[in-house]
Amino acid sequence: MNTRTIEILVGAFVVLAIISMVMLSLKVSNLASYGNNGDVYQIRAQFENIGGLKIRAPVSAGGVRVGQVSNIRYDNEEFVAEVTLDIKNDYQFPLDTSASILTAGLLGEQYVGLDPGGEEEYLQPDGELELTQSALVLEQVIGQFLFSKAQE
Amino acid sequence: MLLNWLQKTGRSTLNSFSRTGRGTLFLWQCLLSLPYIFRKPHLLIRQMHYVGVQTLLIILVAGLFVGMVLALQAYIVLVDFGAEESISLMVSLSILRELGPVFTGLLFAGRAGSALTAEIGLMKSTEQLSGMEMMAVNPMQYVIAPRFMAGILSVPLLTVIFMATAILGGFFVATEMLGQYEGVFWSQMQAKVDFYQDLMNGVIKSLVFGFVVVWIAVFEGYDCVPTSEGLGQATTRTVVHGSLAVLGLDFILTALMFNV
Repeated sequence: MNTRTIEILVGAFVVLAIISMVMLSLKVSNLASYGNNGDVYQIRAQFENIGGLKIRAPVSAGGVRVGQVSNIRYDNEEFVAEVTLDIKNDYQFPLDTSASILTAGLLGEQYVGLDPGGEEEYLQPDGELELTQSALVLEQVIGQFLFSKAQE
Repeated sequence: MLLNWLQKTGRSTLNSFSRTGRGTLFLWQCLLSLPYIFRKPHLLIRQMHYVGVQTLLIILVAGLFVGMVLALQAYIVLVDFGAEESISLMVSLSILRELGPVFTGLLFAGRAGSALTAEIGLMKSTEQLSGMEMMAVNPMQYVIAPRFMAGILSVPLLTVIFMATAILGGFFVATEMLGQYEGVFWSQMQAKVDFYQDLMNGVIKSLVFGFVVVWIAVFEGYDCVPTSEGLGQATTRTVVHGSLAVLGLDFILTALMFNV
């Protein structure tokens, strides 16, 4: 085989690999969503118990995805979990919006659901959600149920 | 009787030590000779064709079928839990994290590694390598370095191609055979597959595997006993040691990367 053919084949090989890499980065992994962090704003919410909530879990309002969980930490002064939510700039929520940790399906992943209130003013960036509802922990629910049964 | 046994143990221990030493020295000389390929890039291109392009077909076929089989098997398990939309996630995560690099490493050891060992070993037994030295051509620079570099470059490229083909295979099975929606397939994947954590760690694994497999392959060829029997043994060792190294390193790398 002459040098030209070999060089063309090797070139095609490298190009194929580059195309694969681009496809893997943009179509398969979340690289495309890394760049556009500029058009989100952050709000915080404190929960007594976040259950199995993870970073990058979706935030949805009325079933539509409006953002994601960007940080979770434990507030050691108030002894609650503090969750930071990245909300897309396109969406705005009233001041008395409530946040609850819900489960998608019976065994699905947990996400933060936002329920807008009736206030006229909107939440500002770095604002805080006052009304929160913790995750449903099955053991606690069963415990309460047994306790109320025993009281009867 | 006991002395014979002791002698055998001692000999094999000494042999393995001296092999390790020769292997390390060989690697060192090889790394020192690598700059030579900037002066003769056509040697590298020719080896890229021999090692990379000629391995492409088996990688494409293997990738396609691994992806398709994974999608089918994932469906059988996940459909019981009503979670069949997670097929894409299962296929893509197992391909990117483990199967892509490992499969490519194993196939590369079998297809290209053995060929490298046989070629270099035959050059040694037909005294071409000594002939080059007589002509003041350093075989390290002219024969080993281009092959070494070509292997190190080819394995990550092949791995990336394997990953893409496998995911496309899984996509084909999920949408055409199992009737999933295209959008569900891609969006599930994008939501959970992380670029650095999953894709980049897979590529780093493939770099390590490529380095080790090529090192073993060229060293076994260069170090083989120059007889037809020695050549056969060297080729076998390349495939066996190369594959075991890939599997062993994969465990270590997984434990380090995905902090379990």
